[in-house]
Amino acid sequence: MSDHPVHTAYHPRWIRRRMSTYWWLQRWSYLAFILRELSSIFVAWFVVYLLLLVGAVNQGDAGYREFLQWSASPLVLVFNVMSLGFIVFHAITWFNLAPQAMVVHLGTRRVPGVWVAASNYVAWVLASALVGWVLLM
Amino acid sequence: MPDRIMLQVARYRPEQDAGVSFQEYEVPCPKDWVVLDGLNYVKDRMDGTLSYRWSCRMGICGSCGMTVNGEPKLTCATFLADYAPGPVRVEPLRNFPIIRDLVVEIGDFMRKLVSVKPWIVRAKEKPLSEGEYLQTPQAMEEYTQFSMCINCMLCYAACPIYGLDPHFIGPAAIALAQRYNLDGRDEGSRERMEILSQDEGIWGCTFVGECTKVCPKNVDPAGAIQRYKLNAALDSLKAFLVPWGAR
Repeated sequence: MSDHPVHTAYHPRWIRRRMSTYWWLQRWSYLAFILRELSSIFVAWFVVYLLLLVGAVNQGDAGYREFLQWSASPLVLVFNVMSLGFIVFHAITWFNLAPQAMVVHLGTRRVPGVWVAASNYVAWVLASALVGWVLLM
Repeated sequence: MPDRIMLQVARYRPEQDAGVSFQEYEVPCPKDWVVLDGLNYVKDRMDGTLSYRWSCRMGICGSCGMTVNGEPKLTCATFLADYAPGPVRVEPLRNFPIIRDLVVEIGDFMRKLVSVKPWIVRAKEKPLSEGEYLQTPQAMEEYTQFSMCINCMLCYAACPIYGLDPHFIGPAAIALAQRYNLDGRDEGSRERMEILSQDEGIWGCTFVGECTKVCPKNVDPAGAIQRYKLNAALDSLKAFLVPWGAR
């Protein structure tokens, strides 16, 4: 549309309705999108948390114990549980969207979308199992 | 099933109205009537001043897209009985300027559509004597889905990004660009990428995904845009790693 339309008797005034500030509350898919975007903050937080953990381990036994004590404080605990919820939401929504972005061919045949999504979940389970195995060793 | 249903129709008459208001019309509601039938009944028998677009009545022309009870819909494919007992609120497509009643201004979409060159681009046309450009059924299958677009603009009405930033090229134009990029006879993908790799092109999309959900032809514009992004990123990576190999 032209930014500056000329309004005459033969080109009457158009109405342009502004989007509500709360457009993202109008339907679940919009809200899910905003929550997914918001979840990036919590993904970033887990990266920072991991770096803090590595730093604490590097400081030796006392530093590590201090980090564990800080992590057990109610505020950090609640924030981390909330972050975990957002990260699971982030991962699931992205994995479910992956088949739309990735078109994979095996030879001349197109791999069904459900396989593309499933491969992400399988990789997730395998990575989690590997981390679990390292922790429980 | 009720034999009549109430339509709440958005009205805007630029010569007399300052804004949009709603007018109620009670119309018959047989089970095979779509919203467009209800509007035609109003126009023919109740109020000839009502303005709206329609043409084929069979989901091909893409003219009768409107907002029905808050959702972008083709009114020729939306049954009144599904909204019983009513009321059914009919508004113009969102995110477009309203010219009159249910008629929106579509020049912006038309200009954007042309900008992505939705036709087969050849570096050099081969002479007719060499015959047609051949294509296998498998090659055609790659783009058939995207060629189903009827330019109804429901995807633009559902896209909050387009609503917030009217400069965004938008879902249908990008899906149609992708339709030609995936066509083995086409050689214009680089020209289209120059338009679509701008901020208002593919990178404007944040993958809300609503365009795909509302598409009456199952085109999946959101998928087309994400595939485009992936291709653009891979092209950039290739150009960075093998600068002498970049075309």
